[in-house]
Amino acid sequence: MRLELVKRPERSKLFSALSPLIAFGLTIIAGAILFSLLGINPLTALGTYFIEPITQVWQLHELAIKAAPLILIAVGLAVCYRSNVWNIGAEGQFIMGAVAGSVLPVLFPETIGWWVLPLMLVMGMAGGAAYAAIPAFLKARFNTNEILTSLMLVYVAQLVLDWLVRGAWRDPQGYNFPQTVQFNPSAVLPELFPMSGRANAGFLFAVIAAVLVWFMISKTLKGFEVRVLGQSPRAGRFAGFRINRMIYFAFLLSGALAGLAGISEVAGAIGQLQPTISPGYGFTAIIVAFLGRLNPLGIVAAGLVLALTYLGGEAVQSALGVSDKVARVFQGLLLFFVLGCDTLINYRIRLVGSASAAPDVPAVVTTAPTVEAAR
Amino acid sequence: MDVAVSILLTIATAATPLLIASIGELVVERSGVLNLGVEGMMIMGAVGGFGAAYLTGSPWVGLLAAIILGALFSLVFAVMTLTLATNQVATGLSLTLLGLGLSGMIGTSLVGLPGARLPNLYIPGLSDIPVLGRLFFSQDPIFYLSIALVFGVSWFLFRTRTGLTLRSIGDSHSSAHALGIPVLRYRYLAVMFGGACAGLAGGHLSLVYTPQWVENMTAGRGWIALALVVFASWRPLRVLAGAYIFGAVWIGQLHAQAFGIPVPSQFLSALPYVATIVVLVIISRNKRLTLMNTPAALGQPFVPDR
Repeated sequence: MRLELVKRPERSKLFSALSPLIAFGLTIIAGAILFSLLGINPLTALGTYFIEPITQVWQLHELAIKAAPLILIAVGLAVCYRSNVWNIGAEGQFIMGAVAGSVLPVLFPETIGWWVLPLMLVMGMAGGAAYAAIPAFLKARFNTNEILTSLMLVYVAQLVLDWLVRGAWRDPQGYNFPQTVQFNPSAVLPELFPMSGRANAGFLFAVIAAVLVWFMISKTLKGFEVRVLGQSPRAGRFAGFRINRMIYFAFLLSGALAGLAGISEVAGAIGQLQPTISPGYGFTAIIVAFLGRLNPLGIVAAGLVLALTYLGGEAVQSALGVSDKVARVFQGLLLFFVLGCDTLINYRIRLVGSASAAPDVPAVVTTAPTVEAAR
Repeated sequence: MDVAVSILLTIATAATPLLIASIGELVVERSGVLNLGVEGMMIMGAVGGFGAAYLTGSPWVGLLAAIILGALFSLVFAVMTLTLATNQVATGLSLTLLGLGLSGMIGTSLVGLPGARLPNLYIPGLSDIPVLGRLFFSQDPIFYLSIALVFGVSWFLFRTRTGLTLRSIGDSHSSAHALGIPVLRYRYLAVMFGGACAGLAGGHLSLVYTPQWVENMTAGRGWIALALVVFASWRPLRVLAGAYIFGAVWIGQLHAQAFGIPVPSQFLSALPYVATIVVLVIISRNKRLTLMNTPAALGQPFVPDR
């Protein structure tokens, strides 16, 4: 027995819509198996993981806090991946955005004014974009593989942040803890509904960014350029689109959004710089981008799902004593299943019995029209 | 002299996991498949190797477990990208993410446990030669294996018919398929060989390099191994050279930190990553040469038609 792919005459609309749902269902099943292996009642565990963290209003605020950076980053990555630019260093751009945006509140903690926060956000975006410009430049100018360079820069960014918070930027009154001063109130993002929880304006940025990028991709010439260059660089060249310009565009846009996510996280949920400011948002956002079908509006929904996996990980850790690393396992599984289910959009899957070589012949005849139609 | 010899020995120890992982990935890429999951397979090998060694008390069992786990983990990638024809870049990334998560979860109970180091093998007679004996004939068993792998793979790829077939698949899977070559079978085996190598490289980290389990202990070595393949223009002997250069950079920065050179330790720690970028830039600057060396079908999905 083996699997065989038969190309569909056209993309299946049905599976296009269903595949993320099937993938999520498969992840739940795999999760149930995983919990059973750990000797935990799978129903209890899954309830604790996926339902309990969103039963109260303040918990929804926490969900929004986790979803905001994921959505912001993933929206930018969607533009990259659609245009066939492989930026996987968003984690580093997130950190550099946070660092650049923190210059003002850390070095001039006394500064107060309405303009402080907007300036921080702009600097955060500039920092992320500048950091993303490095792999973009190397790719455009020297043809260097952007996957490897952007990833290497993540390690470098983590070390730079570590160096700053343990050295020059350390809070002198902080009892030697590796952290900066707490940001003053005018450098902190406002909360959306302070009465019920601590979700902040970061989530608003995420939704706005998603809508804007969705508009850009689906309604403007630039978006058309993104799609054409992604699907066929050759056709794009004939249309007069320049690949190098697209590399810069995709990297700078996604870097700026990752940087905005970084400074929003630091000026929002955390309130200061510390050695670790992200539980891997930049990498999880890759999953968000694919789960959302590289469509900014789908990404908003996918971001909420992935945010839930973080909260669920914390929940099972405190309630059942399972390592919160289980969140990463769920995230990895989810991406696998999404990619696998996406095959169903373009192909039908047939089981072929390899033992029966002779009866295979009529099968060939019956499927021949489908194959012909595919061409 | 003794100091120099011990530094060279530590360089060999640092270079070995890079070398093994890149040699494996080189074979995978020669067959036209790009597996970005090296980091994930490596960390699975590291945690599996350490766990098995701890449970059985034998580092040799650990070594075997690392190899098997790496190969099994790569099988997941193979099924996805080869049978289901998924995007290789995205699938490889998810393999890395899943590996980092799974290993962290499996490894929570292993943190801080004492490890068992694989004993060095002293080759009788040869290991008594001054200097050379200590450098080449008194090393850990994986060191010998890594050198054997380099020459073995080099011979296989360029001196055997099967190797030629494998390379032809990497350059044009459609032509190979038209000639009746079972493209997917070759690729399955290549991917699993790469997985076994990555697992072995991870096992080296947790059984020889630092015999203990630390979360994320691969620290980007899987990605550096990927870069080394590009650096070596897909040639085994150049991988050997590249891995030792990177081993030297890795050890050099550690020694520099120990000597207390007045540079922040974080900058020294960043050196291997920066060096990777610099090397990649230098090697890929010549666009035509890169294009000539890269397996032409690298990263393209292949669905056999009738």
